[in-house]
Amino acid sequence: MTPRQTKWKSLRNALSAAGDLSGRFVFGAEASIALSDLIAGSALYGRGDELCGRSVLVTTTSQFTTASALMELDGVASRIILCTPDLPLEHLPYIIESANVDAIVSDRTILGLDIRRPLCFCPCSRKLVTGNYNRKIERQTEWILLTSGTTGPPKLVVHTLSSLAGAIKGGITPAEPVVWSTFYDIRRYGGLQIFLRAALTGSSLVLSDAKESTADFLARAGSHGITHISGTPSQWRRALMSPSAHLIQPEYIRLSGEIADQAILNHLQAFYPQARIAHAFASTEAGVAFEVNDGVAGFPASVIQNTPNVEMKVDDGTLRIRSTRTASRYLGDHPPVLKSADGFVDTSDLIELRDDRFYFVGRRDGVINVGGLKVHPEEVEAVINRHPEVQMSLVRTKKNPITGSLVVADLKHHLLKDAMCVHSRATS
Amino acid sequence: MNVRSEIIDQFTHVAQEQGIPLAPLTDDLELLNSGLDSLCFAIVVARLEGLLGVDPFSSSEDVLFPVTFGEFVKFYDTAAN
Repeated sequence: MTPRQTKWKSLRNALSAAGDLSGRFVFGAEASIALSDLIAGSALYGRGDELCGRSVLVTTTSQFTTASALMELDGVASRIILCTPDLPLEHLPYIIESANVDAIVSDRTILGLDIRRPLCFCPCSRKLVTGNYNRKIERQTEWILLTSGTTGPPKLVVHTLSSLAGAIKGGITPAEPVVWSTFYDIRRYGGLQIFLRAALTGSSLVLSDAKESTADFLARAGSHGITHISGTPSQWRRALMSPSAHLIQPEYIRLSGEIADQAILNHLQAFYPQARIAHAFASTEAGVAFEVNDGVAGFPASVIQNTPNVEMKVDDGTLRIRSTRTASRYLGDHPPVLKSADGFVDTSDLIELRDDRFYFVGRRDGVINVGGLKVHPEEVEAVINRHPEVQMSLVRTKKNPITGSLVVADLKHHLLKDAMCVHSRATS
Repeated sequence: MNVRSEIIDQFTHVAQEQGIPLAPLTDDLELLNSGLDSLCFAIVVARLEGLLGVDPFSSSEDVLFPVTFGEFVKFYDTAAN
């Protein structure tokens, strides 16, 4: 049995209880919102009450409006389906059917969907108005996060606020102001974790912006005095190649989403000697499992047995995780099994024990992680094999110090009869 | 083997393959303003490892990452010699 963890009533409720919010903001590239206004205001033109008990798809063009909409919908909607920023609109009909969506929140004026089911459309704005819905009606909202492969429809992963926030210690505003930031988009699991950390602890948050250069984002994050910041190892390597890297002085740096190698850990510690540097293991399905704080790649073998609130085991070479932070299931037609009968999630991450330390050595399913994007080799092979001059292909991973991995394809050419090697651009 | 010319060749080839306009490769050009994205740099570094036999980015020594094109060349020059 895993111990019970904090039950969050709702995002807005938790933020209301977080103490003094004066001077705490969500900062976007072009605007900012005071956390106290997020509690009192409505990004849905005061129409949040129309979404009570509905299954609500949230598809927005900016993280900024996403933050407002999530604050308003959690505890009100029966489900929030959070679309990722690069989700092809062609997948929306599948998602809407699979999650039984009956309302859409969007800051887009036209979605161009050909869907034959009644849908309540609720526009979403970055400007807040006074809310007028009945906050006494609070329910546990299901949060549906999307994970995508190289092609094909995304998987719909079912969480709750409690499972998403299971690793967060909230309730009290920190005495020393914490200002969070993340290179991630908050519409993905890694970024959502940071948004929730800020919201549940009443801390300011500096959001990244896809239209902003790395240098400009770092300069803006620095101007807001960020103290805590997260990103993938690839995002950190890019940051360290920016002349603006010295404009932030973080106390805490968190890496997740890819394997953190010794080189990036060392480079970060050298560049930010004042910072505590942690690399975390988390995934959309398995939740936040653990973080490693000793500055060394891999993780101590003792982590398997000694991580509070998370049970782990190694079975058939892969890391298995059971905790209240894991997702509960997938939605959709004939969904794959997310947990085994005993409640463990198979991460498919192969780990190897060397000198009392575990190291990640690849994926059982062959998925290649290129800078945080998952690439399925068989899908790449299928595309390459469509070329009339290709007899056969074998796609494999090649370790890379910039993106963690690269996709490499060995080809047998009909005419040349030689093996060629190409590097492929990952697309999603 | 001239490290600088190999690097210029790889920057140019990868930019062409990916259809990305490449800024003039002067020593003071900031790498993140070159036009190449992270995937392009990943490919450049992989190919330079094959050509030069070194990958200074994978060194776990706590040297600083290059910020400009000139520093990138020096990064490889130092590793290759």
